[in-house]
Amino acid sequence: MKNFLQKIKFDQWKAWIYLSPAIVLLLIFTVWPIFNTLRMAFWNGYGLFKELGGELQFEFGIKNFKWVVGYGGFLDCLKNTMLLTVLTVPLSTILALVIAVSLNAIKPFQRFLQTIFFLPYVTNSIAIGMVFEAMFNIVGFGTSNPSYGIINNILGVFGVDPINWINAGSGYWANIAVLVIYIVWNALPFKILILLGGLQSVNKQYYDAAKIDSTPRLRVFTKITVPLLSPMIAYVVITGFIGGFKEYSSIVGIFGDDMHAVGGESLNTMVGYIYKQLGENHEGDASAAALILFAIIFVVTMINMYVSKKKTHY
Amino acid sequence: MADKVLTTMHEKDMQKVTVAQKITKVIVMFLLYAFLCTMALIIVFPFYWMIISSLKSTVEYRLPIPTLFPREILWGNYLEAFTAANLGRLFLNTVIVGLVSTILSLVITVLSAFAFARLEFKGKNALFAALLATMMIPGELFTITNYVTVTKFGWLDSYTVLIVPFLVSVFYIYLLRQNFLQIPNELYLAAKVDGTSDLKYLWKVMIPLSLPNLISITILKMMGAWNSYVWPRLVTSTDDYRLITNGLRDAFTDMSGQANIPVQMAAVTVVSIPLFLVFIFLRKYIMKGVSRSGIKG
Repeated sequence: MKNFLQKIKFDQWKAWIYLSPAIVLLLIFTVWPIFNTLRMAFWNGYGLFKELGGELQFEFGIKNFKWVVGYGGFLDCLKNTMLLTVLTVPLSTILALVIAVSLNAIKPFQRFLQTIFFLPYVTNSIAIGMVFEAMFNIVGFGTSNPSYGIINNILGVFGVDPINWINAGSGYWANIAVLVIYIVWNALPFKILILLGGLQSVNKQYYDAAKIDSTPRLRVFTKITVPLLSPMIAYVVITGFIGGFKEYSSIVGIFGDDMHAVGGESLNTMVGYIYKQLGENHEGDASAAALILFAIIFVVTMINMYVSKKKTHY
Repeated sequence: MADKVLTTMHEKDMQKVTVAQKITKVIVMFLLYAFLCTMALIIVFPFYWMIISSLKSTVEYRLPIPTLFPREILWGNYLEAFTAANLGRLFLNTVIVGLVSTILSLVITVLSAFAFARLEFKGKNALFAALLATMMIPGELFTITNYVTVTKFGWLDSYTVLIVPFLVSVFYIYLLRQNFLQIPNELYLAAKVDGTSDLKYLWKVMIPLSLPNLISITILKMMGAWNSYVWPRLVTSTDDYRLITNGLRDAFTDMSGQANIPVQMAAVTVVSIPLFLVFIFLRKYIMKGVSRSGIKG
């Protein structure tokens, strides 16, 4: 018995030694930030440079939040983020669903096509953003003989006049369209992977039953496939919303760090706003914006979960 | 029994297939393949465009009707990309940061996962639950304070600042702990009876048995270094410490439409090719990590 107790004691001590590197790092870089970010958000006008410059007293209040919401341009970023999320999440989910169902219905080349559809997943979003930029870019814009770029040339085959997508003086909606195309392209692989995985684990008997009743394909899709897949659909929608609210690097990839076309409206997002404030050493405002972002993501996720609980079968 | 009935009904049904149904089936299959192939082309096209553009001359790139294959292949663009974006140095930095942080991260993750999976200590479950809870918080929230912290530590412009803040990943600890839990405890007890030390047991039994997960973590960690953009940009000011993705966007910021796009595409290709290779050869490990977490890189 004594031996056993000793062993337990020894185990305790050993466990903490094994955990110590992780715990020390987590305390500094994960736990402390949770408290400190909260504190900085409520310290009026807090900035690291001010503190390093000797200003150690900051008033406690909600001025940072007021400034962020009132003057800081945060609302424009919120609008851009919302717009991109609301456009890209349904689009990519529906497209991924149709592709996954089609993939599941074929036999030859299934694995080959599956691999191709997964390709965009392992890419660098800045790098491929630059490729999209090149495809939509008008080379020699403003000169007498511009090259309209591959996308405009392809559209030209269908009789569409060249569009100024991203060059100087391009419109807000043209910019948004390019971003939506890129973000959907980028979001498809993960969604297809999850949905196809779900489809492949669906019990085949439901489909056999439908076949006996010679149910039309569309009805099979809406009455069997979608309900059975609903947990996976809920999962990709929720992760899609969270990812959408954190959209940032795809915009930098296409439009560069300024996050707008030359002379165009700002396409900055909430995360971009946080980094911009941080870059200008307005840590207080950055923290306030980060807390707002967290709150929005939290609320939207809760709503999503509530809705999907009601709509999900199982 | 029920299965039997169902299959026979199924077979009967199959025999009744009429010519009209056969034709519909062929048409549906044709439409399915047409749709999938079109989508596949759209998915692949940017990659194709990236590679062929990287081999064109600027003159050819500027032709009013773009060529779908370069008339003259210009490998020199790659050489120019390496100098223009300082890719050599950035590549070296990325490899150093990726390797060091992967190795340290693996050691920390294995030790923590072992403690959570095999050892008994007070507050184990509470601590583990608290760790999992931190996964809900968006990373940007941590970035702000971490930036303040590393500035105060005087770590700006160093490899340390790129490595240390990201060594511990709660998700990896979770992943590995689940894996360790599946290994029967009897093995551990048997090893204890034989007087094997913990570390030896870890090294000889647990690590080989959870190798697939460790490989997944290694790949995701390396990809993380390869793709990280925001943090290095924030905490470094020179190419001595910046990582490869920074070189891409920062070296080619000319938005006037006059930029040398073929060279730019060459740099982009250089950054993308290793990711493709990893994808082709190690796909199953990536998918394993990815489908569980939904995180990228």
